[in-house]
Amino acid sequence: MVVNSVHWFRKGLRLHDNPALQEALNGADTVRCVYILDPWFAGSANVGINRWRFLLESLEDLDTSLRKLNSRLFVVRGQPADVFPRLFKEWNVTRLTFEYDSEPYGKERDAAIIKMAQEYGVETLVRNTHTLYSPDRIIEMNNHSPPLTFKRFQAIVNRLELPRKPLPTITQEQMARCRTRILDNHDERYGVPSLEELGFKTFKGDSSHVWKGGETEALERLNKHLDRKAWVANFERPRINAQSLFASPTGLSPYLRFGCLSCRVFYYNLRDLYMKLRRHSSPPLSLFGQLLWREFFYTAATNNPNFDRMEGNPICVQIPWDHNPEALAKWAEGRTGFPWIDAIMTQLRQEGWIHHLARHAVACFLTRGDLWISWESGMKVFEELLLDADWSVNAGSWMWLSCSAFFQQFFHCYCPVGFGRRTDPSGDYIRRYIPKLKDYPNRYIYEPWNAPESVQKEANCIVGVDYPKPMINHAESSRLNIERMKQVYQQLSHYRGLSELKEVLLHKSW
Amino acid sequence: MKRRLSGDCEDSPSSCEGPAESCKRVRQPAEDSGDVLPDWARLPQEMLLHIFQYLPLLDRAFASQVCRGWNEAFHMPELWRCFEFELNQPASSYLKATHPDLIKQIIKRHSNHLQYVSFKVDSSTESAEAACDILSQLVNCSLKTLGLISTARPSFMELPKSHFISALTVVFVNSKSLSSLKIDDTPVDDPSLKVLVANNSDTLKLLKMSSCPHVSPAGILCVADQCHGLRELALNYHLLSDELLLALSSEKHVHLEHLRIDVVSENPGQQFHTIKKSSWDAMVRHSPKFNLVMYFFLYEDEFGPFFRDEIPVTHLYFGRSVSKEVLGRVGMNCPRLVELVVCANGLRPLDEELIRIAERCQHLSAIGLGECEVSCSAFVEFVKMCGRRLSQLSIMEEVLIPDHKYSLDEIHWEVSKHLGRVWFPDMMPTW
Repeated sequence: MVVNSVHWFRKGLRLHDNPALQEALNGADTVRCVYILDPWFAGSANVGINRWRFLLESLEDLDTSLRKLNSRLFVVRGQPADVFPRLFKEWNVTRLTFEYDSEPYGKERDAAIIKMAQEYGVETLVRNTHTLYSPDRIIEMNNHSPPLTFKRFQAIVNRLELPRKPLPTITQEQMARCRTRILDNHDERYGVPSLEELGFKTFKGDSSHVWKGGETEALERLNKHLDRKAWVANFERPRINAQSLFASPTGLSPYLRFGCLSCRVFYYNLRDLYMKLRRHSSPPLSLFGQLLWREFFYTAATNNPNFDRMEGNPICVQIPWDHNPEALAKWAEGRTGFPWIDAIMTQLRQEGWIHHLARHAVACFLTRGDLWISWESGMKVFEELLLDADWSVNAGSWMWLSCSAFFQQFFHCYCPVGFGRRTDPSGDYIRRYIPKLKDYPNRYIYEPWNAPESVQKEANCIVGVDYPKPMINHAESSRLNIERMKQVYQQLSHYRGLSELKEVLLHKSW
Repeated sequence: MKRRLSGDCEDSPSSCEGPAESCKRVRQPAEDSGDVLPDWARLPQEMLLHIFQYLPLLDRAFASQVCRGWNEAFHMPELWRCFEFELNQPASSYLKATHPDLIKQIIKRHSNHLQYVSFKVDSSTESAEAACDILSQLVNCSLKTLGLISTARPSFMELPKSHFISALTVVFVNSKSLSSLKIDDTPVDDPSLKVLVANNSDTLKLLKMSSCPHVSPAGILCVADQCHGLRELALNYHLLSDELLLALSSEKHVHLEHLRIDVVSENPGQQFHTIKKSSWDAMVRHSPKFNLVMYFFLYEDEFGPFFRDEIPVTHLYFGRSVSKEVLGRVGMNCPRLVELVVCANGLRPLDEELIRIAERCQHLSAIGLGECEVSCSAFVEFVKMCGRRLSQLSIMEEVLIPDHKYSLDEIHWEVSKHLGRVWFPDMMPTW
């Protein structure tokens, strides 16, 4: 019997550690790797130019790698539900493979596709490799509900076996056994689209090329990342310093999000390096902090279709956020008048990545710290601009940072002046992303509105004219907002009466 | 829910019947022989009242549509003692508002039943206006509790002052039995406080008026002088005076239970007045168990006048960065301290300061540290010294600096050991 396979790339944009793709090749006569993309949809989707660029570069990279194996990537225009019936018929498909998507929307879409495939007599094979562990397994081990504190999550993970070992990359031999018939007009029909085709205007010498998409780049970065760790011989989580704010050439989060880098490969490389340098002692869970946070949010989200909103979300505290589009726009566009916040939002828009503490700072400012605007609005801005934001991790992080879920203490508020100043006393970060302020002395660069007129003139930047005045009074806002949070949490514990709740600290439930 | 429309739903009077008796009566078989199903329509009013009290308003409203008897129960005065008016505009809030028709009905049928009322308003001026509108109509109320609560920006402050005052004084004058009043972030002023006092001095027990910029120290002093039953008070530091503390400690005054003070900087470099130690001493003598809660929102260099002498503060919250030096003074001068929250300090470890606090603040049972630094060894020492009295230990993970004795992974065992329960620092996502 002839086996014609189609491997459907969604995330998992890589040839290494790709069991689903291996299954496609296994005993197949022909194989075609497809990516489905709807250019019409591109314009309206909440996805910014950096994210599209990263994706397209990742697809180009896949195509290049597949060419070396005498195959190509097929970028099919349209929606999966429309595209697949056509392809099944045209290519006589008998087997469909893809990587498991744990997100509620993904599960629904895939269930429909699997059902449709059945109707066409197409066998479907799905493999779970976007996460280290199976979210369902973790949920099962936690009395059939997802862990809602990170510590509980870690406790469960500690009891699990190690994640499955990653598979090697696809080889020439494997590919040689299956052919892919490439038509002459492949590029026209199935080529990777350009940014222009998706409706974006690009400029010559576009500088925002800090993060290059693709598996090749991902693996190079992984090597550099490990080299640096080995050189430093220190596996403690690095304390933030001024340099950390800038995009790192060994940063990996966008590559994990798109699946250009397998999380299992990252895991095992870290683990092996640690054991080599620390003489075979078992690494602590904290070594995998970045990866485990990802797992935590995927697990929390997998069975909750309302995970990305407040209303109807069983784990989200209902907080009376303010509805203020003007204030939201100022925050999103980096016009708050607080250089620390504006620099971060500018870096985010220009490059698509900001350090996690920078995320905390701007998220706090938007929600419970200063503007009292809903975390959903912030989440949508990040979704558009942030390269490593996917549905589960983005929504979960915003709920965490706004103290809307996961039993977070709300007393801790990041000051939009002080926190920045303590992180980067030199002010270089501000000067880089807000060039207008570059001539301000360190003393005033985080709070230019406090600079005497002479200093402002000297720096050629008058607050209120060349740079906005601060949009709120932080002391006043934080005072108000801590009261608001207390009001919300008082109600949660069914507190009756109007007398003061004396404590600000929440009682933890583990 | 089964409905049995057995013709007329008569009220079941007889208030001297107990619940068991009522049940028995309700369970009488109906005309059909052998039918022992309860007749929901004939549930006695007291039982309905009891059940309705468990239902949220919307469910109660649905229930009231079932039959005349249940509709009458819905309007029983006991169900209208407490009400929270939620006033939101779709343009400024995501939350639903109390239906205007319901508000009309309440004012028409139940305003004289209302005793415990609060208004929750969003950041729009319309919502604050709507609240005032309702307040002005509460002429027949003798309220015991009134709360004006802004859930976002303080919209009461945007109203014309006279408009707000006249609405508020309607309640002050007509209630004459106000016990709790929550009017933070409102344009209340000295004359309106005089009206409050003139009508409610015997009953006022709780007054929360943080951030009411139109009130002067004399205005609040008048309240303290006349309202001898006042047990809980919340205000801003600029209203605090030695005279006020002495008035609250006078013989005629009851023991104060709770005093909350917000110290907020309006402009950088603001000067704050000092309170004499003798005034605080008088407070402690008069009300030995009172809680003194202080919230500080100051720049680091504005702390000059504070913590120079012993002060009986029990709950201390530093909302902005506070210096090592000030925390050192806190350790020296706050023997009654129960809860301490520090949002931020800076990049020099607070080792000595924490140890001193453990030594001298023997009642400390809750601590929260945000953007600070403490070496792991000093932290373990701190926890050891406080021992099991620390019921709340909320430390951000980044605060703890590993040293030669302890790494981050080891520290939680040590701390858990001394606390007698499992403990972890607070974490933030790092992705």
